[in-house]
Amino acid sequence: MTASATATASDDSASTEQLKAMLGRPPRVLVTKIGLDGHDRGSRLVAGFLRDAGMEVIYTAPWQAIETVVNQAMEEDVDVVGISSLATDHLLVPKLMDAMRAANLDDVAVVVGGIVPDNEVPALNDAGVAAVFHPGSSRQEIVSTIANLIAERRAG
Amino acid sequence: MTDQEYSQAKQKWEQAFEASMPADDKRFNRSGIEVKPIYTPEDWNAERYMDDLGFPGQAPWGRGIYPSMHRGRTWSQRQLIGLATPEEYNERMRKIVDAGATALSLIPCNSVYRGYDIDEVDPVLLGTCGTTVNTVEDMDICLDGVPIEKTSIALNDPSPFTLLAFLLAVAKRRGIGWDKVTGTSNQSDFISHFVANHMFFRLALDGARRVFVDHVAFANQNVPNWNPVSVVGQHMQQGGATPAEAMAFTLSTAIQFADDCVERGMDPDTFLPRFTFFFDISISFFEEVAKFRAGRRIWAKVVKERYGAKDERSHRFKFHAQTSGVDLTRQQPLNNIARVTAQAIAGIFGGLQSMHTDGYDEVLSTPTEAAAKIAVATQNILRDEAHLVDVIDPLAGSFYVETMTNEMEAKIEEVMAKVANAGGMFEAVRKGLVQGIIGESAMKFQDRIDTGEQTLVGVNRYVEEEEGSVQSLPRPETEVMQRQLDRLARFKTERSNGEVEKALDALARATEDEGDNIFGRIVEAVEAGATNGEICGRLRQEMGFGNPLVAA
Repeated sequence: MTASATATASDDSASTEQLKAMLGRPPRVLVTKIGLDGHDRGSRLVAGFLRDAGMEVIYTAPWQAIETVVNQAMEEDVDVVGISSLATDHLLVPKLMDAMRAANLDDVAVVVGGIVPDNEVPALNDAGVAAVFHPGSSRQEIVSTIANLIAERRAG
Repeated sequence: MTDQEYSQAKQKWEQAFEASMPADDKRFNRSGIEVKPIYTPEDWNAERYMDDLGFPGQAPWGRGIYPSMHRGRTWSQRQLIGLATPEEYNERMRKIVDAGATALSLIPCNSVYRGYDIDEVDPVLLGTCGTTVNTVEDMDICLDGVPIEKTSIALNDPSPFTLLAFLLAVAKRRGIGWDKVTGTSNQSDFISHFVANHMFFRLALDGARRVFVDHVAFANQNVPNWNPVSVVGQHMQQGGATPAEAMAFTLSTAIQFADDCVERGMDPDTFLPRFTFFFDISISFFEEVAKFRAGRRIWAKVVKERYGAKDERSHRFKFHAQTSGVDLTRQQPLNNIARVTAQAIAGIFGGLQSMHTDGYDEVLSTPTEAAAKIAVATQNILRDEAHLVDVIDPLAGSFYVETMTNEMEAKIEEVMAKVANAGGMFEAVRKGLVQGIIGESAMKFQDRIDTGEQTLVGVNRYVEEEEGSVQSLPRPETEVMQRQLDRLARFKTERSNGEVEKALDALARATEDEGDNIFGRIVEAVEAGATNGEICGRLRQEMGFGNPLVAA
C-alpha cells in the first residue's frame, strides 16, 4: 500500500457501474498539472487507467493556473481533481485547496500523484487532500481509491 | 570440432533445456525483441568482425569512438546539482574548482526553465530544484572566482539559450575571448521538450526551431569551442519510449537538426563535430549496451551517407548518459544504489563519454547531499576499483551482445523509417506520431509491472511492510529568496530601461528578418540588461508560447 490515503484501496471498492447508477452519469475526473513542471508520463498513464475503468477524464495541458482548475472543476462538474506533480509543484496544492473551498467545491475530492517527500505529505493532508499517490502505486490501487472517494463524497 | 559434433551437442542441449523449462518460456526485452536462451556462432561469428566492429576509433565504430576509449580517458562525471541562489551555487562550485574540477554544470530553477523571472511566479516554487539565474549579474555571481577560460561549462539551457547569452556577456566583461569559452548547451533539443519534457519547452515549435539554428550558426562563428547541440533521448525514454524507440527518435532528431543546418548553408563538417547526445540508461542491461553500440554505428553511417562528412570528428557519436530515474523505487530506497550501479555499468560498456548517476533518493525528492555523494562514489568505484576500464569494449564478440546489437540496430532503423515516412522528426512530432508511440509504450510497460511480468523488487515482489521515511531537502528560506527578489528589483532600476527596450525591439524585429540572427540579438539584449523573463516573454509575443500537444 503506497497511497497515504484517508480512503484506501480494497477489493470491495465501488465499481464504476455502481457510481454511474448513483450519479446518473459516468464518474468524471479532471487530470491536470499546476505550477511549472511539465513531466506527463504519470498523468497520461493515470488518465488511461481511469478511462479504461469507465470513468470520464478531462485532461489538460500542464501549467494550469489555480483559478483555471477551480473553474474547470465547476464547469465540468467533476467528482475528483487529480494533480500530477514531479518537480515540487505539490507545494502549491494548499493554495488550490483554499480556492476549492472558496468555490464551495468541498465535495470534490482532490488527489495528488507524483514525487511528494514524506515530510510534506501531512501539509497536503491537513489542507484537505484526500489521497497522495507515490511512485509504485498500481493501476488497481489508483482506480479503486478514486472510485471509493467518489462514492464517499457524492453519496446522498 | 566437426559440424556433426556441433549438431549433436546442440541437439542434446536442446532436449535437456526443453525438459527443464516450461513450454511457454518466451522472453522479450523492453524494445520488444525476443531474447533467446542461448546465442551461438549461428547467430554471430567472428567473420563479421570488420563489418560489425572494426577497431576502436575507426569505422564502423562498433568498439567506441576513440582509439584508447576508457583505458585512456574514462568519462566525465557530470552530476547535476540544484542549488537555490547564485551565491549558494558559487560557493559549491568554488569548492569543486578548488578541488581540481575542470567541468561544471548549471541547473536553473524551474521558473527559469519556464522562461520567467523570479518576480513572475509563486515564491513557494523558487529555487526548489535549481538556481535562480535571471540576469547577467546572477551569472556573474554564479561564476565569481571561476576561471571561465579553463572550465568546461554545461548549461541546462533550452531554446532561446539565455544562459549561454549570460555566460558570453560575463566572459566579455572579464575580457575573456569567446574562443576560450568551452562547454555545451545541454537541453538545446527543443523537439524532445515538445514531445516529452514540456517544462523546458518555451517557444512554439517553429520559433524554437528558428532560434535553435540561429544559435548553432552563432556558436560556430563566434564561440568555436562551444557544443551548441545536445540531442536528447533521455526525456523520451523517461517518458515511456522503449530503448530502441528512444534511440530512433534521437537519431531522427539529430537528422532533422543537421538537415536544418545544411539548409541554412552550413557545411556538415563545421557543425557535426560539435553534435553531442544525451541518453537514459535503463536497468535492462544488455539491451542498453546494444542500444548504445547500435546507435553509434547508425549515426556514423548517417553522417557519411547522408551528409558526406569527411572529418572523422563528425562521425564520432559523443554521448552523455544518465541512469534512469524511472527504474528507481520509492520502496526500500537504498536498493536504488544497486540499480544505479547496474545501469552505470551498462552505460560504461556501451562506451559513454560522460555520465550522471542518480542519487538513490531521486524518486522521493530532489537528491540530498548524502545520496549525491554515494552516486559519485559509485562512479569512482566502478572506474577505479572494479577493473571495468582495462579492456576496451569488453563485451565485444559475445554471441549474444553482437546479435542483440544487430537486432537493436534493425529495430532502431525500423522506427527511424516510420519517422522518415511521416516527413521527418519535425513533422512526426507536430502530428503527434511520436507522442502516441511513447504513450503506448509507457502503458505497455506499466501493464508489465502491474501483471508482475516485469519484476520490481519491493513493489511487486519481495514487498516489505516498511514505510521508509524520506525527507525533502530544506526548502529555500523566505528571506533568502526575498533577497534575490530585491536584487532583481535593484538590477532593473540600475540599468538603462531605454537601452533594454531598444534591444528587445531589435530582438522582435529579428524574428521577422530571416537574414538576422535571433541569438545574436539575445546576446545584445542581455548585455543591455534584459532578463531571462523579458527575452522569453518578448519572443513568446512574437513567435508564440510553447505549448505541448495535449495527448492522453
